[in-house]
Amino acid sequence: MSDLSRRKLITTGLAAAAGVGGLGVAAHLAQKYGLVPPDHGGIFGLGETLTYASQRLLTRHSLAREFSRSQISKRPVPNEMAPLNDAYKRLQAGGFVDWRLTIDGMVAQPGSFSLAQLKSYPSRNQITQLACEEGWSYIAEWTGVPLSHVLDIVGVQPQARYVVYFSIEPDWWESIDMADALHPQTFLAYGLNGDELPVGNGGPLRLRLPRQLGYKSVKFITHMTVTDSLKRFGKGLGSASPEAGYAWYAGI
Amino acid sequence: MSESVLIPSSASAVAATSAPARHAALVRVTHWITALCFIALLVTGIEVLISHPRFYWGETGNVLTQPLFIIPIPSSRSLVPTGYGYVLPDQNGWSRALHFQAAWILVLTGLLYLISSFFTGHFRKNLLPGKADLSWRALSASIADHLRFKRPTPAEARSYNVLQRLAYLFVIFVLVPFVIWTGLAMSLSFVSAFPASVTLLGGQQSARTLHFFVSVALVLFLLVHIAMVWLAGFWGRMRAMITGRAATDTNKEAA
Repeated sequence: MSDLSRRKLITTGLAAAAGVGGLGVAAHLAQKYGLVPPDHGGIFGLGETLTYASQRLLTRHSLAREFSRSQISKRPVPNEMAPLNDAYKRLQAGGFVDWRLTIDGMVAQPGSFSLAQLKSYPSRNQITQLACEEGWSYIAEWTGVPLSHVLDIVGVQPQARYVVYFSIEPDWWESIDMADALHPQTFLAYGLNGDELPVGNGGPLRLRLPRQLGYKSVKFITHMTVTDSLKRFGKGLGSASPEAGYAWYAGI
Repeated sequence: MSESVLIPSSASAVAATSAPARHAALVRVTHWITALCFIALLVTGIEVLISHPRFYWGETGNVLTQPLFIIPIPSSRSLVPTGYGYVLPDQNGWSRALHFQAAWILVLTGLLYLISSFFTGHFRKNLLPGKADLSWRALSASIADHLRFKRPTPAEARSYNVLQRLAYLFVIFVLVPFVIWTGLAMSLSFVSAFPASVTLLGGQQSARTLHFFVSVALVLFLLVHIAMVWLAGFWGRMRAMITGRAATDTNKEAA
């Protein structure tokens, strides 16, 4: 073996070792600072992790763009939907008086909130864009209570890392990290364009998460769990979306 | 199989020094990674497009608003009125994941290429056209050569001609940055941190429409690129971009 190739071999070896070591350190730091999404396994884990980590670092406190009233879309698109289940129809027949949002998990005081209770808290409005992963979008004015307000009432424990939220429809659930859960524009929305939130848009209660795609804004919310790990939920990938092949983090 | 210069043998070391590589190893490696990423981005981009083959201008657009134009293909969503009586299967999940993963690899590969090329002088030496080549006479002569499908002489084939240089520079410094920008401008999260990235383009739907047009431009470049490689001698050019050795070197060896 000539000197040239030995030197090349040694430098290549050192570079590879440094690379592997660097990746190890990066993985450790990413895990420590919550930059690894729950669906980081599998062949697309690299892309999912790079996207989530970089956007989480860039956008921890940034606000979704808000628009003027004149920019509100004439008709907010009610997405196509299968007929709703019997539990929903019963509550609908009663004018949603018995609709409850229960919050449990890593909280000081688990709670159950009626729509009237949620509406009694200071309400906020946001004129934001709802964009679908398919490519279409609309702008509407959403009314609701910031999720952070309700989380304050139940008292989130310091080790909490995610909020998991469930629709009354089976197998429809998502989760978000605490940065998104406590973000000022993350709403429990009950109003749209000055009216009650229509059924087609997720009424009577929908999570509104304007910095992520529409599928994270789950409709007909009835249940939330605060947790430090997503492993116990479903297949442990964070939400129903990764189980159907879609990304857990939908900031892009 | 041809001997790689990476194999430690004195014969290849001599060959490598006597005949400098037509394309540097870094250019070759980044070229093929970019090529693979581009194919992945193109296929997955088409799959995502199929879920809503309508384009708009401004901030918003949906099935209830007037489109700027429609691609007359069937859709993978029943919500979209296409005129076709059937709905294609939904491929958006893996398509979006692969699209972003390929985009990441392409961006990282591109950064490696850019940074190392500034150090090695690749842009100055191989891509920036000389002053003399930019005269109208030289440019029109090159255009005329292309229109006549004139094959380059072996000496000419050792460097890029002026139209080739301008096309590559345009792709590297205009089209690829613009396709990344218009892609990021569709990200709700990205624009929350950098709102000007989308307002400068005229809105989120404008960004999507521009992303489509830049992609079309990149596909046109790819088609012309492959056609030119074909006309100049497909296997020789492929060999040069894979092994680094130009066809002229192998001719000498064969002789």
